[in-house]
Order: sequence, then C-alpha cells, then structure tokens
Amino acid sequence: MSSELLSQLPPVAPASGAGSAAWILVALPALGAAVLFLGGRRTDRWGHLLGTATVLLSFVYGVVLFFSALALPGEERVRDLPLYEWFASGSLSVEFGLRLDPLSLTFVLLITGVGSLIHIYSVGYMAHDENRRKFFAMLNLFVASMLVLVLGNGFLTLYLGWEGVGLASYLLIGFYVQRPLAASAAKKAFLMNRVGDVGLALAIFILFAQLGTTQYTEVFARIGELSPGAVTAVALLLLLGACGKSGQFPLQAWLPDAMEGPTPVSALIHAATMVTAGVYLVARSHPIYDLTPTGQLVVTIVGAVTLLIGAIVGCAYDDIKKVLAYSTVSQIGYMMLAVGLGPIGYAAGLAHLLTHGFFKAGLFLGAGSVMHGMADETDMRRFGGLWRHMPITFATFTLGYLALIGFPFLSGFYSKDLIIEAALGGSPVRGWLLGGAALLAAGLTSFYMTRLMLMTFFGPERWRSLTPRSAPWDPSLESEAAPQHPEPGHGSPEHYHPHESPPSMTVPMIVLAIGSVGAGAFLVIGERLGGWLEPSIGPVREVEEAVIPTGLVPGIASVLMLLGAGIAYLTVGRRPVPVERPQRVSLPVRAARADLYANTINEKAIARPGIWLSRALVYVDNRGVDGAVNGTAALLGGASGRARRTQTGFVRSYALTMLGGSLVLVAALLAVALP
Amino acid sequence: MGSQSFSDALGVDYGALAPLLIVLGGACVSVLLEAVLPRVRRRSVQLVFSLAVVVVALAAVIIRATSGAGDVVVLAGSLSVDAPGLFLWGTLLALAVPSVLMLADRSVEPGGVFVADPEALAEAQERVGAGSLRSTSSGLPSGTGTDTHGVVGRRGGAGPEPTTPPEMHTEIFPFVLFALGGMLAFSAANDLLTMFVALEVLSLPLYLLCGLARRRRLLSQEAAVKYFLLGAFASAFFLYGVALLYGYAGSVRLADIAASAAGPLRSDALLFAGLALLVVGLMFKASVGPFHTWTPDVYQGAPTPVTAFMAACTKVAAFGAILRVFTVAFGTTALEWRGVLWAVAIASMVIGTVLGITQTDLKRMVAYSSVAHAGFILIGCLAITPAGLSGTLFYLLAYGFTTIAILGLVSLVRSGDGEAGHLSGYAGLAQRSPVVAAALSFCLLALAGVPLTSGFTAKFAVFSAGLADGMAPLVIVGLVCSAIAAFFYLRVIVLMYFSDPAPDGPTVSLPGPMTTVAITLGVAVTLLLGVLPTAALEWAGAGTFLG
Repeated sequence: MSSELLSQLPPVAPASGAGSAAWILVALPALGAAVLFLGGRRTDRWGHLLGTATVLLSFVYGVVLFFSALALPGEERVRDLPLYEWFASGSLSVEFGLRLDPLSLTFVLLITGVGSLIHIYSVGYMAHDENRRKFFAMLNLFVASMLVLVLGNGFLTLYLGWEGVGLASYLLIGFYVQRPLAASAAKKAFLMNRVGDVGLALAIFILFAQLGTTQYTEVFARIGELSPGAVTAVALLLLLGACGKSGQFPLQAWLPDAMEGPTPVSALIHAATMVTAGVYLVARSHPIYDLTPTGQLVVTIVGAVTLLIGAIVGCAYDDIKKVLAYSTVSQIGYMMLAVGLGPIGYAAGLAHLLTHGFFKAGLFLGAGSVMHGMADETDMRRFGGLWRHMPITFATFTLGYLALIGFPFLSGFYSKDLIIEAALGGSPVRGWLLGGAALLAAGLTSFYMTRLMLMTFFGPERWRSLTPRSAPWDPSLESEAAPQHPEPGHGSPEHYHPHESPPSMTVPMIVLAIGSVGAGAFLVIGERLGGWLEPSIGPVREVEEAVIPTGLVPGIASVLMLLGAGIAYLTVGRRPVPVERPQRVSLPVRAARADLYANTINEKAIARPGIWLSRALVYVDNRGVDGAVNGTAALLGGASGRARRTQTGFVRSYALTMLGGSLVLVAALLAVALP
Repeated sequence: MGSQSFSDALGVDYGALAPLLIVLGGACVSVLLEAVLPRVRRRSVQLVFSLAVVVVALAAVIIRATSGAGDVVVLAGSLSVDAPGLFLWGTLLALAVPSVLMLADRSVEPGGVFVADPEALAEAQERVGAGSLRSTSSGLPSGTGTDTHGVVGRRGGAGPEPTTPPEMHTEIFPFVLFALGGMLAFSAANDLLTMFVALEVLSLPLYLLCGLARRRRLLSQEAAVKYFLLGAFASAFFLYGVALLYGYAGSVRLADIAASAAGPLRSDALLFAGLALLVVGLMFKASVGPFHTWTPDVYQGAPTPVTAFMAACTKVAAFGAILRVFTVAFGTTALEWRGVLWAVAIASMVIGTVLGITQTDLKRMVAYSSVAHAGFILIGCLAITPAGLSGTLFYLLAYGFTTIAILGLVSLVRSGDGEAGHLSGYAGLAQRSPVVAAALSFCLLALAGVPLTSGFTAKFAVFSAGLADGMAPLVIVGLVCSAIAAFFYLRVIVLMYFSDPAPDGPTVSLPGPMTTVAITLGVAVTLLLGVLPTAALEWAGAGTFLG
C-alpha cells in the first residue's frame, strides 16, 4: 500500500532561487506585528500604514514566488525549504521548515491578497477607533500565523500557525472589550477551538509516536506503515481539529458569535481565510484520507450536515452579519464535503474556497459599509431601501450576492456546481443523500441571501419611521444583536444618515467584486486550478456513475436557485417587513432562530457538567473560591484582615483530604495488586 | 548493584560528591559567618558567599558530567551519582542562582522581602543600642514565633533613622543553602533512609523561610504553620512506607527492593502498601493532587522569592526522587501499580486545571498551575522508559525557569502595601510597563505550552514518551487539560493588554539588578529551551539511573 502511494507522491525538491527566501513572506507581517505591539503609542500615527505595507509587500513577494513556480515544470513545483532543526535528540527529531508547492502558494496569494485589501479597508473603517494600532498589530499577527500554517512543511509547523491564528482570532473577536457579548463570544470561540486543537495535537502525537516524524514528506511516504485503525484515528482527529477551526458540525456554534468582532475581521478571518484552515488541513493530509474510506465518509457527512445547518439557520436570522456568518458555515460545509470525496473533490473544494474567499469577503465588507453608514446597526429589519443611498456598496454587494447564490457564469456558479457534481457520484444512496443535501442547500442559500438583499437594499426605508427602542432587547428572545450603543436617541430616525463609505473602503469592495464575477470562470474552465494544484493534491479524477447526469446539474441548480429567490421575493419582498421581530412563529422558524438548538445542546451537555465538575472540585478542595477578595477594600486593605479572610482553609480539612487520598491510593494499589 | 563490598564503601569518591559537599559545607560556613561578621556587612558577604557556593557547586557538576567519570554509588550505597542525578543537580543549582538573587534583592521591597515590622524594629533598636552580636545558631525561629526574632541591621550604620526600612534577616542565606543541600541529597538518595533524612533537611529550612515575610505577616506565618503541619503529616506517611518496605525487602536500598520483588518470596501487601505510603510522602512534596492542598496557601503566603525557590527547586528534587524510586525500586513491578498512579496523574491534572480557572489571585493561580503541571510531569515519570526519563528531566528544567521568571515578575507589581496579587491589579499593565507585561505574557504562554517556548518542547517530549509507552488515555487527559488551562493563562494576558488600568491600581516597581538578572535568566532559558532545545534534551537523555 505504501509503495503504491509513494509512487503517487510528487518528488520534493529543495527550494532555490526566489523560493529560498520564502521566510520573508512570514517575516514581514510578523515584523509589523512586533513593531506595533512593542512600539506602543509612539506608533499610533503611522502604525496602520506600516501594518498595511507589510502585508502588501508579502503579497508582492507571493506573486513573485507564484510566477517563479509557474515557470518550473510540474514535477519540480513541490519544494521544501528547511529553516532549522528544532530539536534532535535520540528518538526525537523535529525540524521547522516551509513547503512551497502549488497548494501553499495558492493560499499565500489568497491570504496576502485578500489580507491586503482588508488592511486597506480597515484604514478607513477603523479610522475613528482609538485602538486602531492594536487592531493592525493583531491583524498582522494573524496574517503571519496564517502564513506559517499554510507554508509549514510538517504538522508541527502547521500547529504553530494553528495556535497563532487561534490566538489572533480570540483577541480580535474580543476587540471591543467594553461589550460583554464580545467577551463571551471570544471565550466561546476559544473554548470550541481548543476542543478542535486537542484533536489536532493528538493526531500529531500519534503520527510522531508511530512514525517518529511530523514532516509531511516522511509522514505521507510512510503512512501506509500504520495499521488501518491508526490511520482512521489520525484522520478523524485531524477532522476534529478542522471542525473546530472551520466552524463545522458539531463545533459550528462559535462562528456566528464571532461576528462580535470588527467587520474587517469577520471578512478576513471568519470568512475568507482562517475558517478555511480546516479545508486546507484535509486537503494537505490527502494521502492520509485516501487510505481511509471511513475517514473520508465522516468528512463528507460532517460537510453535508454542516452545509444544511448553516443554510437553514441562515434563513431565520435578522442580523446581517449573522446571516452571512451562517452562510459561511454552510459554504465551508460545501468545501468540506468536497475534500471528503477524495480525488474527485479536492480541486472542486479548493476552487470553491478561493471563489468564496472573494465573494464572502466582499459581502462582509459590504455589510461593514452598510453598518458604517447606518450607525453600526446590524438588524436588517431596520434597514430597507438603502440602494439609492450607497450605490457602490449596493453594486458590489449585489455581485457578491449573485456569485454566492450561484447565478450562472459568476464565480459561485462554477465552483459550487463542481462540488454538487462530485457529491452526486458514488453509490446511489450516497449520491442522493450527499448530492441532494448540496442541491437543497443551494436553494436555501438563494432564499436567505435574497431575503437579505430585499430587507437591506429594497423596500420602504423603514429606518425613517422608527420609534426609539424602549426596553433593552431581551437576549432570551433573540440571541443576536443586543443594543450595543446605549447613547440617547439611538434607534430613532434622526440617528441614521445612510451615506456611501470613503474610497479606502469602496476600492477593496470593487476589487473583490471583480473577483466574485470572474474568479470562478478563470479557475474552473479548462481545469486551470486543477492542473496547477496537481503536484500537491494529485490529478483530478472524473465523476463516475453520478445519480444525475453531470450535464443536467447546472440546470437543476439554477432552477433551485431561482426557486429560492422567488420564494424569498414572495414571502419577504412583496409584504411589509415588520420592524419588530414577530414572536409568534412556526416551530421550524423557532428552531432555526435558536441555531437548531446547538447552543442549548452545548450548554446542557458540556457547559453544565463542566460547571458541576468545578463546583464539586472546589467543594472537595475545601475552600470557597477566594470569595473574600472581590471587593477593592479587601484587595487594598490591610495585611491581617485580608489574610484571615483569604485563607479560609483549615489545616485539619487539608489533612483530611490528604488522608482520604492516601487511603484510596493504598486501597487501590492493594486491590489491583492482590488477586 | 545490590551488594557493594565493604572496602569500596570506605573509599569515598570525593569527586562525585563534590557538589553536595560544597553546598552543605558552604551552609555550615555561612552559619559561622552569621556569628562572626558585624551586622552591617553580613548581607553583602552572605550574598556573595552563597552565590559563590552555588556557582562553584554548579561548576563541579558540569566538570563531573563532562569528564566522563561514569556513574558511581558512593557512601556505602546511600547516594548514587549517575547521569540523571547529575542533570538534576545541575538543574537544582542552576535554578538556585536566580532564586538566591531574588531572595537577596531589596530594590523591590525596601530592605528586602524578609521580616521587619514595628515591634521587630523597636526590638532591634534596643539590641543595636546594647551592641550585642547575636548568635544565630541558637536562635533558629520555631516556625511561628518569628515576630520575636526580627533582629535587623540598619542600612549604612547603627544610627536610628526611622525613614530607612530596616535590613532583613541574613539567616535566610544559610537556610537556603541547607535546603539546597537537602534537595541535592534527596534527588541522589539511593536508599530510603537517606532519602528521608534529605527530605527533612530540605523541608525544615523551607518551613522557616515561608514564615519570614516582611509584609502580611499573618498570612506568611499561617502559610508556614500549614506547610509545617502538613509536611510533618506527609513525612509520617513516608516513614511508614519505608518501614513496610523494609519489612518486605529486609533492606532500604532501592535496588534491593527491586531484587526482592523479582524473587520468589513475595508478600505483595507489604510491597504495595509500602509503595502507596511512600508515594504519598513524595507526591506531597511535588504537590501532586490530591496531596496538593498546602500548595495554594503556601505559595500565596510565603515571600514571593521563597515561593519561586520552592516552586522551582522543590519540584525538581521531589520529581527527581519520584523518578528514581519508580525506576530503580519499582521498575520491575510497574505493570501492577502503574494503573493506580494513572488515576493520581489524572486527578492532579484535572484538579489543577479546573481549580486554576476559578482563581483570582495570580500566585494562587500559579500554585494550581503547578498542580496541573505536576500531573503532566507524572506522565513522564510513569513512562518508565529512557524517553520518559529524559522528557521528565527536561520538563523540570524548563518549568523551573519559567516559574521563577513568573514569580519574579509578580513581585514587581505592587500596590500600596505590598504585592498586588489580585488579578484585577493586572488590568492594563501593558500600558504601565510594556516590558513586564510582555515578559509575563511570554512566560504564561510557555506554561500554556505554546510552540517555540520551552513549555511546548517539554510537553511534547513528555506526552510523546507517554503515548509511546501505551498511556494514550493519560495523554488525552493531559492535552484536554492543557487546552483548558490555556484559558486562564490567556485571561491574564488579555487583562494586561486589553483592559484599561484602574486609576488607583498597582504600580510596577523598577527592579534592581539582581531581580532583573533573575527574571532575564528565566525568560531567556524559557525562550532558549523552546527554540534550541537540542543540547538540553541530549544531556537529559545522557544516561539512566544507577541502582
């Protein structure tokens, strides 16, 4: 098995020429982050420009690398650049290095390209934020970590980047520290990501324990030495990591909450790049997944379930960013489904990843532009008729919207069709289930996006006739969009002055809109992307025995798309949209509004037992949890009074705990040792 | 190595013993210095002398380790100087350098962190007036009554200047050297009685040191009493375990216990009951849950430099002894008892992690973090393989330096009357002192096990050793716990960087050269072992225990 696989793997050449300095790609944004973090307030005035410049330079260098790789013959395009041997001692040997191959270079272009646009956009968007320097420092940190993630030549280097992007994402979600919702969203994202990280770490440990290495080259060459069970275990653990990072079922609940972060962050990290790291991981580990049909099947199931969940929940939300977030969940579900299908799907999944990077980033920037003009309002029920007030935003947003729903000949049309065609292959049952899910979600996507368009840009200008919000929004009725601006007058018509955004914001939107229109055709027609990626992910395999003839798929998908849009027009566009959210709704809507009860399940199944466990441990540990030190008086108060109150534990109870532990230990040892 | 001839036992290998002899001899001389020197010169002389002793001993360890002298058992088989033992000695002495520096510092707390309050000041003035030279050896405090022993000198002469804070105890220097000597002997002890004596030698000075804080006297004394009482309790367990094992094997030598276990005549009840009690005593010192109960109170109450010394060095010595006992005495029966200790390791990791989340005082958080880390280290100890041994040794080195750096940094953040231990005091620290905040963040990331810090290398080494030795469940729990624990480390970082400082919040003292050196050393080693760990890993894997 291993020899057969080995023959499929491309030879790995050492990097030379422009590639030998590829570390500059990472070093530039890392330097930017370091200067901005350490420079303090001195860098406030020009920090954002430095941050933008480093990413732009990285992009330029990435383009140079891309063309130098294009000039190479196909079999020499996979190159390794060892940077340094991290440690080598006895059985342990790990090195850090970069892998320059079509897959990683594709991601480099996506990350630095979209990253540059979003840095430029943020210059305008964050212009009035006093923490703009920190924001750019963290964005730079993110870009550097993400580049480490995709450029690493081994799982350990990937893990380094993985932790880095997790950290940056956590910090950026909680960027508005004064908002409690942002803090809790950051916490949630962190915890759910850590669940995934444990899976990834465990997979790496298994590979290391079994093979003694974590370098891609060696791991993929020798993966056949592992027992099938071990391969499947590794594949599933990697998938767990991917699910955490990419917001896939069952770890999807953090991603919509992550929209509490600034909108450029939502566009860059939580739509275009970081959340696709899971897809990258599966595609990068394809030699592992190719060996385990069970692992692949689980990936496809996760993808299919997620794309349905995302699409269904997206239909019920009124918060423009949350709808887009669930749309992201759903679209990454498509990508996951595709890469789970094996060689017939890798290229399709990655093509969708790239086109999605364009149109979703564009949509988020558009949403940010709308918020910018509407005093940071995100509730679509309070929008309406905005198209005439912000024409550029409207035009670019519309192109992104059409690309997302798969309007013929725009980006999403090509890449999504590839995935649906691939999903329809295989055994009939599988083809119908997976392909059916993908088709159904295509219709749903069209519905919720059309609804979003209609509520935001068309219809009467509902924001003109608003009454100020009286009572604070009850978060139990709606988990989204609690009032974030308590200043007086908010919610009244005088508060809103919709206007077009400055050029630093509209230009990136225009560029992304062009990508949304043309990227799909450019990448997919003639299998341009598939051919380019072949050295990394193997040749594209044709779909066999599809349950629906491949030629019919674009037509069916288009019909479903029109159907979804039509239903949206009939239910939303032709009726007045109530400004307050209707509470008497049918059960499915209620379920969708509650995120299909994902949060409830998390709460009941994980959070509660966790709280119980900690309470029980605290109880067993015989002490109140520093209850005395809450007040400032106690904090700053004198020595003795505080001392007595802080150390409430009694020696006798400590001794009792020890005695109990000892007795249990003695009893257990005797019980185990004596037959 | 079960039997050693009598003539071998008589010839003492001074070369092998040199580090231990230097430290213990230095401790005795240090006591004499205390008696002979005039008060004004004691501190500086003691400081230089103690540092010299530690550095010379460290040099002796390095010379021994690089000379290729081979492993020997000395003093009638009571001490074993072998490759892992030398690594432990080197680690202990290397950690002692920043510890001593921090103990002697008086830039952060004027006059030094050790004892002085109004009564002691008044008493001191009387005694200084009487011109008495006090003999220290007769006046060892009994652990609680330190108020009456607050004999202090004055900076720059005998003239009473109420504004100058009184000097601290200089007896702490011999205390530290004695404790260090006990730790060296503890980690090299080749029989259980030597181990017990070493345990007491290292413990008694520590009990005293805990109670000598200048600020928050009651907290400090309460910590000392708790530590002493519980330590005595744990020593009793240890001793009872030794008795049972002697009954089983007819010898207290570690190798003899292993030999008896391999023999035909076995009384498993004695062996395993003895092991359990012995382990309780050892786990107490290493603050492994559920025998950790003293840790948070003592870490919080003791003067911070003492906490650093304990957190780093005691942990190294205790785990050194645990490694040696497990490998030499119980290696052959590991399959039978290992499962039970899995449960202990899991308990320790879970307790440390879950309770760490709920802490609001940074020193207590570090204490619970040390409980969780003790669980991780125990994974390496339970993998009785060369990889497990080298991973554990490396972990101890890495953890020790990181902890010293963290506690050194904690001692700099001060409010009106001492350290601001409460987490709320760290809000916006990055704005007040970017350097301190950056260093503390880096060390916390190391504790969380982020790649390119020593913490990651250490966890990687220990977990992969555990996984290779078939302890997958332990490794999973370890990974989950590190994942959760990262949360409370990160919380501090977020607090420092993203919160606004309270207007009346704590200030950051500018550390003097000694604390600066100590902290820099800790941070540098944390970075070095994360980026270039090869040399340390190789030394840690240089050999195995000699029975």
